[in-house]
Amino acid sequence: MFESLQSKLSEAFKILRGKGKITEKNIQDAVKQVKMSLLEADVNYKVVKELTDRISQRAIGEKVIQNISPDQQFIKIVNDELLKLFGETASLDLHSRPAVILIVGLQGSGKTTSAAKLALWLKKKNGRNPLLVADDVHRPAAIDQLEALGKSVDIPVFYGDRKDPYKIARESLDFAVKKGCDVVIVDTAGRLQIDEEMMKEAEEIAKVVKPDEVLMVLDSMAGQDVVNAAVEFDKRLSVTGFIITKLDGDARGGIALSTKYVTGKPIKFSSTGEKLDQFDLFYPDRIVSRILGMGDIVSLVEKVQQGLDKKKMEEMEKRLKKAQFTFDDFLDQIHQIKKMGSLSSILEMIPGAQNVKDLKIDDEQVKHVEAIINSMTKKERSNPEIINFSRKERIAKGSGRPLSEVNKLMKNYEDMKKMLKKFNKIDKLGKFPFQMK
Amino acid sequence: MIKLGIFDIFKKGLEKTKNGFLGKALSILKGGNLDSEKIEEIRELLLLSDVGISTSDYIIERVKESKEKDAIEALKKVLLELLGPDESITFANEGLTIYTLVGVNGSGKTTTAGKLAFRFKKTGKRVVLGAGDTFRAAAIDQLKEWGKRVGVPVISHQWGADAGAVVYDTVTHAISEGLDVALIDTAGRLHTKDNLMRELEKIHKIIKKLKPDQPQEVLLVLDSTIGQNAIQQAKIFGQSTGVTGIVLTKFDGTAKGGMIFSIKRELNIPVKLIGIGEGLEDLKDFKATEFVDELLE
Ligand SMILES: Nc1nc2c(ncn2[C@@H]2O[C@H](COP(=O)(O)OP(=O)(O)O)[C@@H](O)[C@H]2O)c(=O)[nH]1
Ligand SMILES: Nc1nc2c(ncn2[C@@H]2O[C@H](COP(=O)(O)OP(=O)(O)O)[C@@H](O)[C@H]2O)c(=O)[nH]1
Ligand SMILES: [Mg+2]
Ligand SMILES: [Mg+2]
Repeated sequence: MFESLQSKLSEAFKILRGKGKITEKNIQDAVKQVKMSLLEADVNYKVVKELTDRISQRAIGEKVIQNISPDQQFIKIVNDELLKLFGETASLDLHSRPAVILIVGLQGSGKTTSAAKLALWLKKKNGRNPLLVADDVHRPAAIDQLEALGKSVDIPVFYGDRKDPYKIARESLDFAVKKGCDVVIVDTAGRLQIDEEMMKEAEEIAKVVKPDEVLMVLDSMAGQDVVNAAVEFDKRLSVTGFIITKLDGDARGGIALSTKYVTGKPIKFSSTGEKLDQFDLFYPDRIVSRILGMGDIVSLVEKVQQGLDKKKMEEMEKRLKKAQFTFDDFLDQIHQIKKMGSLSSILEMIPGAQNVKDLKIDDEQVKHVEAIINSMTKKERSNPEIINFSRKERIAKGSGRPLSEVNKLMKNYEDMKKMLKKFNKIDKLGKFPFQMK
Repeated sequence: MIKLGIFDIFKKGLEKTKNGFLGKALSILKGGNLDSEKIEEIRELLLLSDVGISTSDYIIERVKESKEKDAIEALKKVLLELLGPDESITFANEGLTIYTLVGVNGSGKTTTAGKLAFRFKKTGKRVVLGAGDTFRAAAIDQLKEWGKRVGVPVISHQWGADAGAVVYDTVTHAISEGLDVALIDTAGRLHTKDNLMRELEKIHKIIKKLKPDQPQEVLLVLDSTIGQNAIQQAKIFGQSTGVTGIVLTKFDGTAKGGMIFSIKRELNIPVKLIGIGEGLEDLKDFKATEFVDELLE
C-alpha cells in the first residue's frame, strides 16, 4: 500500500507541477518506460525504437492538459497511437462461392485448432456452412487431428487421398460445391519461412484454391524473430490477416503489434484456449493495454483528480520533505486512497507497480492498521513519540488488535521516518525521490 | 502470488529507487573504456535475440568489466560463462530410465519424444513410448505414428482418458518387460493453468511411486521462437515438476533462442538438447560454443 501511496504522491506532485507543453525533456522518463514495457512484451526491438521515436516526435509541442503530467499525457498519447495503428476490428471478406480461407503459419502456432475454431465461428455467428480441408500431409496425424476436431462440432472435413496436397486442395473445392458448403477453410502444414521447398508448396496450394483470405496464425508467446516470418509469409502468400493464439496464457503478445506495424495487415481473430469456442474477433483495445502494460493512466488521473485535494497534497509534500509524517497524515492517505477504490485495483493502474506483478496489497491488513490508528488519541497521532507501553496496551485493546501488531506499526513508522530523512538528503541534490519507476 | 505487508511494499519501493541511483553512478564510472556505439550494437543484438532487458544489461556490465580487448570476444566469453559447461541427458544408474517431456502447447514435445526414441533405439536400448497426451485431438495417433517410424511400442489409452493411468501402464510395462528407457509424452499446457499443472504433478508422483529414483530427467520443451514468457514457463514448470533440462526446438528456424540465458541465470536450468527439424535424426546435444557462435554470426 505504501508503494501505492508513494506513487500516488508522486503522481499528485506531478499534477501540481504539470504545466506547459510536452518537451523532449519532460517526457524522457515516460519514453524510456514505454520502451522497456514494449520490449518486455516482446515487441520487436526495431519496431519499438521506430515507433517510440515517431510518437514522441509527434507529441512534442503538444500542450499538456491541465492537471496531467507530461509523462502521463505521453503515455496516453502512446496508447491512442497504438489503438489507431491497430485500427478498427476487422472481419473477413468472403465474397466468392464457395469462399476460401487458407490457414498458414509456423509449426505449432495453432493452425489446425484455429481452422476448426474459425469454421465453428462462421457457422455459429454468420450462419455459414463451412468445409474443413485437411491439407497438412507432413505432420504425423495432422489429418486425424482436424478430422476429430471437425467431428466434435459436426463440421465436415475433407482429406482426399491424404497424400497429395495439391490434389486434396483441388478436389476439396468440388467437394464443397457438391456438399453445398459456402466457405472452405484449408489447414496447411507448419513451415519455416526459410524453408524454400515448403514455402513453394504453400504458394502452389494458394494457386490451386485462390483464397479470398490468407490468414497467418501467430503464437502470442512469440519473441523478436517471428515478425520476420510474418513479413516473408506476407510477401510470398499475400496474407490478408492474422490470428493470434494462446492469449489465455500470460504472454503479453507484442507480436501482434510488431506484425501490424511492419506488414500493415490487420489482426483479425484471437484465440484464447484449447476449446473450440474460445475464439473471437480481435479487439484492439484489449491487446493495447496488454502490450503496453501500463494500466489505464488516464482513468487513474481522473480518479486522482476526484480523490485528492490539491491543497492537502501541497501540505503533505512539505511535511514529507521535513520527515514530519505523522499518523494523521497516514490516516488521511488511507482515506484518500479508499475514496479512489480498492487499493489493489489502484495499484494495478499504476504503471511501475505492474512490474511488481507478484505483489498484492493486503486489504485486510490495511483495515487493521486503520483500526489501530483510529484507536489513538489525536495527540498520539500527531506526536507518535509519546506513545509508551501503557498507551500501546490501550490502543491494542481499543482496536481489537494484538499488542505485537501495534508494536510493528510503531516500528515501521520509525523505519519510514528514517528512510524519508535519507531520501530527503538525496533530494537536496536536486531530485525528488518519489519518481515513477 | 506473494502477499506482502503494506510496509514491506513501501520499503521495496524505496529500495528500488535507491538501487536506481547507485546503479547509474557506478555504470557511468565503468563505461569509460568501451565505446558507447559498440555497446548499443551489443544491446541491440542481445535484445533482438530474445535475451531480455535485465539479462542484456547484466551481460553488458560483464562485458564492460572484461579485460578482453575485442568487444565481441569479450561478449562471447561472458555468454559462454553464463551458460556454463555443457550437460547431456543422463541415465539411471541401473534399470529403467524414465524421461518426461513437458511444456506449453505446440512446443514440440511429441516430436522430441519420437526423436529421442530413435536416438536410444539406435544405441541398442529397448524403449517404450507413453502417450500421456490424452487431451489434444489425435495426439495419441501422432505419437503412435512416431512409434511406428522408429519401431518402438507405444502404450496408450483412449482420447480423453486419464493421463495418470497411461503413465502408470507405461511404467509398469517397462518394468515388467525389463526395458531400458520409457519416454512419457504429456499434453501441452500453459503454466498459468493451475489445474493442468496439478495434473502434471500427479503424473510425476505416479512415476516416483513406481520407481522412486525416477524420472531421470524432466525435459521442458521450449520453442526457439519464444520470447520473454519462456522464463515464467521455466519457473513454473520447474516448481511443479523439477525440470532438469531444456530441449530447445525449431532451432532450424531463424530465431536465436536468447531467452535461455535468463533461464540459466535465474533458474539454473541448462539446455541439454536442441531440435533442428522435423525428421527422426533432427535432435542434437546442446553445445554452448555452437549456440553462441550462431547468436553472434
Ligand atoms: N492454450 C491454448 N492452446 C492452444 C490455442 N490454440 C491452439 N492451442 C494448442 O496448441 C497446440 C498446437 O496447436 P495446433 O492447432 O496443433 O497447431 P499447428 O501445428 O499450427 O496446427 C495444440 O496443443 C492446441 O491445442 C489457444 O488459443 N490456447
Ligand atoms: N522445424 C522444426 N519443427 C519442429 C521441431 N520440433 C517440432 N516441430 C514441429 O512443431 C509442431 C509441433 O510439434 P509437436 O511435437 O506436435 O508439439 P507438442 O504439441 O509440444 O507435442 C509440429 O509441426 C512439429 O513437426 C523442430 O525442431 N524443427
Ligand atoms: Mg496443424
Ligand atoms: Mg504433443
